[in-house]
Amino acid sequence: MAPTENTHSVQDMRQRRQVTLYGLTWSMPIVVWQLIFFVFPLIFLFVISFWLVKNYRMVPGFDTINWIKMFSKGYFWDTYWRTLGYAGVATIVTSILAFPCAFALAFKVSPKVRRWALFFLIVPFFTSYLVRIYSWQIFLNDNGIFNTLFALVGLGPFQLLNNFFGTLVGYLTLCLPLVVVLQLISLANVDRTLIEAAHNLGCGRLRTVFQVIIPLAKIGIILGAVFTFILTFGDFVSPYYLGGSKPPTLSILIIDTTKSGQQWPRAAVVAIVMILTLLTIMFASVAAAYRKRT
Amino acid sequence: MSVRPGKSLLLRGYVVLVFIFVFTPILTSFVFSVNSDRFPTIPLGHFTTHWYETIFADPDVWDAFRISAIVSISVAVLATFIGFCTAYTDYRYNFTGKAFYLSLALLPPTIPLVIMGLAMLALLARINMSGEIYSIVVSHVVLCSPFAMAVIRMRLAQIDPDLESAAWNLGASNWRAMREVIVPFCRPAIASAFCLTAAVSFDEFAVAWFVSGLNKTVPVIILEILQGNTDPQINAIGSIVFITSMTLVILAQLILMRKTINQTATGI
Repeated sequence: MAPTENTHSVQDMRQRRQVTLYGLTWSMPIVVWQLIFFVFPLIFLFVISFWLVKNYRMVPGFDTINWIKMFSKGYFWDTYWRTLGYAGVATIVTSILAFPCAFALAFKVSPKVRRWALFFLIVPFFTSYLVRIYSWQIFLNDNGIFNTLFALVGLGPFQLLNNFFGTLVGYLTLCLPLVVVLQLISLANVDRTLIEAAHNLGCGRLRTVFQVIIPLAKIGIILGAVFTFILTFGDFVSPYYLGGSKPPTLSILIIDTTKSGQQWPRAAVVAIVMILTLLTIMFASVAAAYRKRT
Repeated sequence: MSVRPGKSLLLRGYVVLVFIFVFTPILTSFVFSVNSDRFPTIPLGHFTTHWYETIFADPDVWDAFRISAIVSISVAVLATFIGFCTAYTDYRYNFTGKAFYLSLALLPPTIPLVIMGLAMLALLARINMSGEIYSIVVSHVVLCSPFAMAVIRMRLAQIDPDLESAAWNLGASNWRAMREVIVPFCRPAIASAFCLTAAVSFDEFAVAWFVSGLNKTVPVIILEILQGNTDPQINAIGSIVFITSMTLVILAQLILMRKTINQTATGI
């Protein structure tokens, strides 16, 4: 890495393209830390996916047996597609549910209300996700608050917990505030004159939303969707404590494989497949977000 | 834009609904922390401080709060320092491979926490570094530095680039300009990043669960209660955690705002 100057004073020009102790002092800490404690552990994970487990201990080696075993199991692929499906559904549902809210906060309220709304949307990040999931258990279980309320009007009981509905409630708890924030920031930056221009040219209200506003706020919308996908694809808490853990998702599979089975190399295989999937989806979406409209 | 009252009302109602969804689990957690039922439902039981007494009588919980405090403060110091260095590098320098450099800096939050936990434990266990307080610290610094960097980088975007050059032209060295121009300018963002990273670390449970061994942090204790005999102790601990985190966040916000007002007032 060869740091060179970014700004434009005379002194700068002289230092250009010169590696200085000063430059290294500021640029190196993150490189050193992330290489040792982020990149290296992930590489190590890849390495142990070729190791073997003998008498509950990992033995270094090079054997593709873990990859072959995992890839030949229908169970693994079922879980893979299920997790992908869960995350996909969560992404679409969250984006659609968040949009009217972000839209209203961007266009229909005063700046003061918008600032407060933003503050209150950030609060949930600093509450324990686990505690919020436990609260939903109280609401959703068979004798929970919702079913008690339903019983009062002679309905139910419905199964709200230990199925995909429960999982989805958890996913929304995790992602909805974040997605509203990201969409809101993008929508608030949309040039108002373009919207007025569309109206003046006789573009209908709904058509303006879909053909003018959404394309202009594309980056925030896609970013929100990507974050939802990343978070839900890797989350184990919602599918475990609200979805009932069976059938599992990939994260639950990793935990089961390591915590009970001691099969670390196979868990590593699952982890690497997950990372590759996420990277593919991330790069595809970022490319889509920044692609020029034709 | 003209507003049609009917539609606008519908939209407003929807916004309220979203906020109810977001805040229901948070508020009910407070309510159930002082409610007597072991398995809470409606109608509510009577008011009690029993769950708080239970956790305050539990030495494991005290231990967890002590460990969480040590971890989050150490993480905040390291992550804020690393985040500052990275933000300044991004602000001041252009170099080949900068896109790669920034991805390295910002990528960690996109890796699922379970995988981070697994990878960290696999490595740390191999070199006999797992199960210690510092095992949690090193993993959390990886996760938190990007947040610190983002906060400080936003502040640096507001600096007048001529300020640093002016200091050099007046004969200050790089180091002196850093000490007397850049750092004072970033101080509110640094304080804010400190509180933010402390709060993120204080709440993180997945990686901590993998690498902590016997040194359990507060969220790990919550996770274990959730796995075993769930009871409203969770709400009592959760309420304390919430108040701690929110204090940190509001403090961060206040520091940022007051400094900004002061500086506009004094004309810096």
